[in-house]
Amino acid sequence: MLSFLNSLPGAVAQGVIWGIMAIGVYITFRILDLADLTVDGSFGTGGAVLVVCTVNGLNIYLSLLIAFLAGCAAGFITGILHTKFGIPAILAGILTQLALYSINLRIMSGKANQPLSVMKYNLLVSLRNIPKSIIIACIFAAAIIGILYWFFGTELGHSIRATGCNQSMARANGINTNTNKVIGFILSNGIVALSGGLLAQYQGFSDVNMGKGAIVIGLAAVIIGEVVFGKIFKNFALRLFGAILGGIIYYIVLTFVLRLGLNANDLKLFSAIVVALFLGVPYWKNLISQKRYKPTKTEVS
Amino acid sequence: MLELKNVHKTFNKGTVNEKKALNGINLTLEDGDFVTVIGGNGAGKSTMLNMIAGVFPIDDGNILIDGVDVTKLPEHKRAKYLGRVFQDPMLGTSADMWIEENMALANRRGKSRTLKWAINHKEREYFKSLLSELDLGLENRLSTKVGMLSGGQRQALTLLMAVMNKPKLLLLDEHTAALDPKTAARVLELSDKFIAEEHLTALMVTHNMKDAITHGNRLIMMNNGKIIFDVKGEEKKKLTVEDLLAAFSKSSGSEFVNDRALLN
Repeated sequence: MLSFLNSLPGAVAQGVIWGIMAIGVYITFRILDLADLTVDGSFGTGGAVLVVCTVNGLNIYLSLLIAFLAGCAAGFITGILHTKFGIPAILAGILTQLALYSINLRIMSGKANQPLSVMKYNLLVSLRNIPKSIIIACIFAAAIIGILYWFFGTELGHSIRATGCNQSMARANGINTNTNKVIGFILSNGIVALSGGLLAQYQGFSDVNMGKGAIVIGLAAVIIGEVVFGKIFKNFALRLFGAILGGIIYYIVLTFVLRLGLNANDLKLFSAIVVALFLGVPYWKNLISQKRYKPTKTEVS
Repeated sequence: MLELKNVHKTFNKGTVNEKKALNGINLTLEDGDFVTVIGGNGAGKSTMLNMIAGVFPIDDGNILIDGVDVTKLPEHKRAKYLGRVFQDPMLGTSADMWIEENMALANRRGKSRTLKWAINHKEREYFKSLLSELDLGLENRLSTKVGMLSGGQRQALTLLMAVMNKPKLLLLDEHTAALDPKTAARVLELSDKFIAEEHLTALMVTHNMKDAITHGNRLIMMNNGKIIFDVKGEEKKKLTVEDLLAAFSKSSGSEFVNDRALLN
């Protein structure tokens, strides 16, 4: 139990960083109503770009900015594949993700793993200083939530929300739904890559496989946030905050089951089961409420 | 205001499901015309409206709105000329967004969408005054999600959004067909009111022959992708349902078949 409590701060730090990633997922999954699997690649792209930039002497903030832009580029590619090539969003994302595996290796000069030592570089977040990491990750999360709250309150932001909600309505009101989807993909993957850049600093390396299953963790954070806080978090900024909290809860639960003796190799299986259950619950709730409903008998004439 | 010149559209060309939806439509609407459109199942009424709105490209012909050739313009670029209300009350509004957010979206139809705040205080007052005209109590529910409204309320809101900023042409595609009779009558009454007050040019598809006769200043009847009957002015005022049925069998050589029209 004590060791679990000792590992809680680390879980919170990781939870916030993955929560930022979940905000990126929220943009495509909830606002655009599209499942974008690009994130499994763009998360690693963010990590790879950050490490390579930092190792080559760039300022850490500038490196993060470049990581963000690299993610934006990945999102742009998926957006073009979806809107100009007519490829379904899920498949477009898978294609970009696959391509990014090679590109991420290229970025890291063919190496699957690139270290980034906190001793040598001035990193923002690190395992070595978890309290500071939590504070900085929270500042990033708050800034991103603030910017997105503003953005989705603008004319352009509204038109993106309408695109995800009702395309017929959007087009009838002069909204270019394709352009808006591309903007959504760009923004989402930029944030995901930024989060990847933060995680690479935190763990002290970037890895070509670090994004594997990222979409599942992002979805888990979004859905846990909704299931747990959906009733009280109605405001858009609060709902994004819910994704951050969802990320924290996810990592605390993960730490807990690891302490209970779950084999670390089974983590991905565990993640998949958690997400499947949380996605299934609302559906089952609906089914049960339908079964309980007994129509009153009426005379058949 | 609107000119359709020899418009053709065939769906599923070259397959067994080939369907000639529009077969050489020629139609000119004058400024302020309110035209009702009737016809049997699959006559091409909705297709004609969708082609004007740019939902699908046409195969041949030209579409001009207010003298501008829009034949090649995509749907979202034609939207600045048009106000549209769909048959399905769910299609015209965004359910997850508030009433005022939906109206703000409509208020920027045809304008570029920038990084300015989406709704300002002045607009909110303007929306309130517009909503009070509907007389549905929506003016005090600006921050209610549209998904919480009834079908009739949503359709009335869609209509209001469609007539904002005076569109060159209002397209009503059986917009009362999915509503209960009382609500349908109310929405139709509102349509009349807005068209008259704003001097709008409108095309209204309906399956109800009586509605087609009592509303508007001109009536066209379609069959097999063609306009087979066209009356206006005094002549239209004297029309009866029997006249329409007779006109139909005379021009098409068959009985009028429209499930819903017969049931009415």
